[in-house]
Amino acid sequence: MLHVAIAARAFRRYSTYRAATLAGIFTNSVFGVIYSYAYIALWRANPTAGGYDQQDAVTYVWLGQALLMTIALWGGGSTDDLAERVRTGDVAIDLYRPVGLVGWYLAADLGRAAYHLLTRGFGPTVIGLVVFDIALPASPVAALAFGLSLVLAVVVSFAIRFLVASTAFWLLDQSGVKVMSGAFAIFFSGMMLPLVLFPGWLGTLATALPWASYVQVPADVWLGKHTGTDLVAALGFQVLWAVVLLAACHTVLSLATRKVVVQGG
Amino acid sequence: MADAAAARHLRTYGQIAWLWVRAAWQYPTSFLLLALGNGLITGLDFVGLWIMFAHLRDLAGFSLQEVALLYGSASLALGVADTAIGSVERIGAYIRTGRLDQMMTKPVPLLVQVCADQFTLRRLGRLTQASVVFGWACTHVDWTPARVLVAVSMLVSGALVFFGLFVGFSCIQFWTTDATEFANAFTYGGATVTQYPLSIFPREVMVGLTFVIPVAFVNWYPCLYLLGRGDPFGMPDAFQLASPVAGLLTLAAALLVWRTGVRHYTSTGS
Repeated sequence: MLHVAIAARAFRRYSTYRAATLAGIFTNSVFGVIYSYAYIALWRANPTAGGYDQQDAVTYVWLGQALLMTIALWGGGSTDDLAERVRTGDVAIDLYRPVGLVGWYLAADLGRAAYHLLTRGFGPTVIGLVVFDIALPASPVAALAFGLSLVLAVVVSFAIRFLVASTAFWLLDQSGVKVMSGAFAIFFSGMMLPLVLFPGWLGTLATALPWASYVQVPADVWLGKHTGTDLVAALGFQVLWAVVLLAACHTVLSLATRKVVVQGG
Repeated sequence: MADAAAARHLRTYGQIAWLWVRAAWQYPTSFLLLALGNGLITGLDFVGLWIMFAHLRDLAGFSLQEVALLYGSASLALGVADTAIGSVERIGAYIRTGRLDQMMTKPVPLLVQVCADQFTLRRLGRLTQASVVFGWACTHVDWTPARVLVAVSMLVSGALVFFGLFVGFSCIQFWTTDATEFANAFTYGGATVTQYPLSIFPREVMVGLTFVIPVAFVNWYPCLYLLGRGDPFGMPDAFQLASPVAGLLTLAAALLVWRTGVRHYTSTGS
């Protein structure tokens, strides 16, 4: 119940910035249009690149724009609060509260993600539907699985951002690591270019890394590229990374806690 | 007289910028990671184009090296503008925190202060990467003295166009302080558009990128000249040499918007 309350507050916190939300939808849509034409040019020259057709590719573009803020691809979200509290030392107060820190920030981030999905996810998708005739989910199963895949994507992204924020325990400032992490996230998530286009070993590597859970997996689920056991495997891939990374968050946090104690009061 | 004032402003700008560079060095690890991260973002950007070309012989009739010329020149222009004045994006935050009011009381032009504020050399990452790509693409160009001249004017004018877009669209924040992202559609959106041959877009988009948000002059028209290619949209040949005009017009428009914005500004009052 507590975590639901945290998520609900986070949702409301973001919903106060209405002009920012509208501006964001506009910007995502502009980028959607630019990338759509780039992909159309690519798939016109090579109509089966990566096993996608032109409609798949354009749909992929708009899904990417819709997921950009929901998944917090560039970093940020609730974990920015954590990094700031580490820098100022306020995190010491958080650590003796009778609530798990990871669960607290995860709940807040899910609330944030829900707000961004409803606004900056839904908004550009509608525009994509009107302007470019993008594909709807391939089947009811695909739609349902997409929802699940999306939640898992946010959890994986949260865990990575939590680890990035935790570097502040040692570096005092997360911004350098955050920029690096954002660069990797954009490239290896399939945001910049679908991972299905990555050639050879680069493609194998990219589809095995956790960032593939951000955009490539949910998009393929939406497009109906995974069915049956393949669909279970795709979601299982996300679950696996979510579990591994959340465990890493707990480990890092317990190491960091000792560090805070060593620094003293 | 005006020259002396400009030189003085430039020196003040340099002094403020240098303070920020020294401040950034207080966290050397973070500084290096930021520079590396910025280089990485733009570097991976180009890897993206390269991967595209693993599936293509040409993009709308342009080879990889020709696209690299477009990409490198635009990225250099953006990098110069962003390094010099990228901080102007933050005026919304300055307005919210009342910092802009403090700046207005100081005997240095507001625009100089805002642009120099939080100056950061980490953007050198982009400049380095863009120079490498541009240098490689330049080996593809059949150089003549006229083309060298156009290339130089392209880089300067391109930076001016982006300078204008950054300042002009940041001014939206004088009216709505929390809609900062609106400007990104034009600044970074413009930068993304210029990575591709504009022939991938429909004619209407192309006209908009020429006459409304003149990013086509950043690299598209001058690069057509450098490559000795005809205009796929049949625009006048004079456009290929008109980048300086576009740069100066954008800059003038931006400064006008800036002045209107500052006059309109009434502080948040707290």
